[in-house]
Amino acid sequence: MRAERCVQALNGALHDSFEKRGDVYLIGEDLLDPYGGAFKVSQGLSDRWPDRVISTPISEASLFGIASGMALRGLRPVVEIMFGDFIALGLDQVVNGISKFREMYDDQVTLPLVIRTPMGGRRGYGPTHSQSIEKLLMGVPNIRMVATSEYHDVRALLSAAIDDDEPVFFIENKLMYGRPNRRPDGGYIDQLSVRETPGPYPALTLSGNDFDEASATIVTYGGMLPIAVEAMTELILEHEVFCELVVLSQLLPMDLDPVIESVGRTGALITAEEGTLTAGIGSEIAARVSEAAWGRLRAPVHRVAAPDSIIPAAPSLEEIMLPGADEIHAAVLALESARV
Amino acid sequence: MFSAGELVGTTHTCIGQEAGAVGVISHLEPDRDTVFSNHRCHGHYVAFTDDVEGLIAEVTGRETGVCSGRGGSQHLCNGNFYSNGIQGSIVPLATGIALAEKEKRTGAVSTVFIGDGTLGQGALYECLNMASLWQLPLLVVVENNHYAQSTPSEIAVAGSITSRASAFGIANAEIETTDVEAIHAGAGTAIERVRSTGEPFFLVLDTYRFAPHSKGDDTRDEAEIEAKRAFDPLTMIADRIDAGERQAIEAAAAQRVAEAREAALAAPIAGQVSA
Repeated sequence: MRAERCVQALNGALHDSFEKRGDVYLIGEDLLDPYGGAFKVSQGLSDRWPDRVISTPISEASLFGIASGMALRGLRPVVEIMFGDFIALGLDQVVNGISKFREMYDDQVTLPLVIRTPMGGRRGYGPTHSQSIEKLLMGVPNIRMVATSEYHDVRALLSAAIDDDEPVFFIENKLMYGRPNRRPDGGYIDQLSVRETPGPYPALTLSGNDFDEASATIVTYGGMLPIAVEAMTELILEHEVFCELVVLSQLLPMDLDPVIESVGRTGALITAEEGTLTAGIGSEIAARVSEAAWGRLRAPVHRVAAPDSIIPAAPSLEEIMLPGADEIHAAVLALESARV
Repeated sequence: MFSAGELVGTTHTCIGQEAGAVGVISHLEPDRDTVFSNHRCHGHYVAFTDDVEGLIAEVTGRETGVCSGRGGSQHLCNGNFYSNGIQGSIVPLATGIALAEKEKRTGAVSTVFIGDGTLGQGALYECLNMASLWQLPLLVVVENNHYAQSTPSEIAVAGSITSRASAFGIANAEIETTDVEAIHAGAGTAIERVRSTGEPFFLVLDTYRFAPHSKGDDTRDEAEIEAKRAFDPLTMIADRIDAGERQAIEAAAAQRVAEAREAALAAPIAGQVSA
């Protein structure tokens, strides 16, 4: 059977959840059919459930708070933020509300809401519509952040987020929308064997040699997955260098057991993310893995990320700025050459 | 209690502004309606929940506080009452609550208390727009005490306050007195309108605080404060009550607060409960 595209899987999860429960609402900009959201994730919902799809003015600063108020009163709002860049407008509600209410009100309330948004560049949208700024949420306690990749069960991941009683930031990716949602077939995706942790937000670990000896672990998430797979495949074909690739889905709270387990086998770690380097997701992973598995690392953790600058609009400049497979490739080979 | 060192952190009293809390909240049904209040929330809290004991234990950092000491003075939650310390952000929350209650068809009124200082926050205007577009049962009460912390409203608020609501097509009224009976009457009309039409209302109360913004940070002219004493809502209503009855009410209130204080100070400090 031909795999459905990721946008269809996300759309399917929304339709499933709307069918299953009457307390799910979708709120955001340009959601109404026939438009169905800027990236078409929300198509067909307002035609079927006109009362539960609320298309709003351009008011992101308030949307986060409105969803929060709805969740305080027992509904399950799903907020669509059209571009991930726009979460900056709602950060007050995240930092001073959504992440605080349950704990500061002494567990008298829960906040079952989902904020969905696409991150990522490589489409020439320029500095304010291309960023991967999910790292801004990394320092916020008491929220869950989930990033889907095209190898995860995209439909199940979003359904789990909607059923979750904690506030979930659900990170999508613009390029991923149109790509097929690949799933392991007999334990493999193409020639890569796949292990998947249990639970609603699994991590995947991929190996090109059935978890035999490998040179390094690469950890990534979301839209960087195909780039990391490209690097991993090239290293096998061109250099016969094998890596393990861990693809996280839950970024907050961070659970790195699969990464530490893999590092136990490979002895080296490279983090790969599309966002800028400083204080990134990779920084936190590097700190945690260094603390937990220092004795297993034969080299410092290496972070592959974008340089600390803007994402230029011209595709030629954007391609230079954003990290690609070549940078992961080079980082792995550098580790290999350092090995005596 | 603050100067005696019995309170933790900071506090924002509503001394002088009591009539707004009583006049508005006495029309609300605590089992159905909701209140979202701000940093100056103690009066609203007591008027809505009657929980003097939980409040005093909370602001003294005790395990018996309404939020077990986690929230403190400006982050309270009890039943349908909520407060938070960020000025602009409470209006979207109350708007979301109004939307949820409308969807659930509970007939509830969602009330949010803001001040003249909050008029500087953009989220307020986003929400006035949406509350009007979506016809939400939202009551916005602006307690205009003419100062945002130390900043007089003359240098912070342009134009007319009620016209802000009119611009969004939201019914509004201004009550230019601290007389609790007049506020009670005006607020009653406003709340009845929200309840019967399901539409938002914007109510401006002209008030004044006698105490500093928070602890001791007052730079206002003392003569100005003294001149406002003539409009102290407690004195105004007291003059209409029989002297004996007034004394009985005040004694009962004083005793209840004293007992609540005593109980709070005897309660375990938050997080130090022995197993």
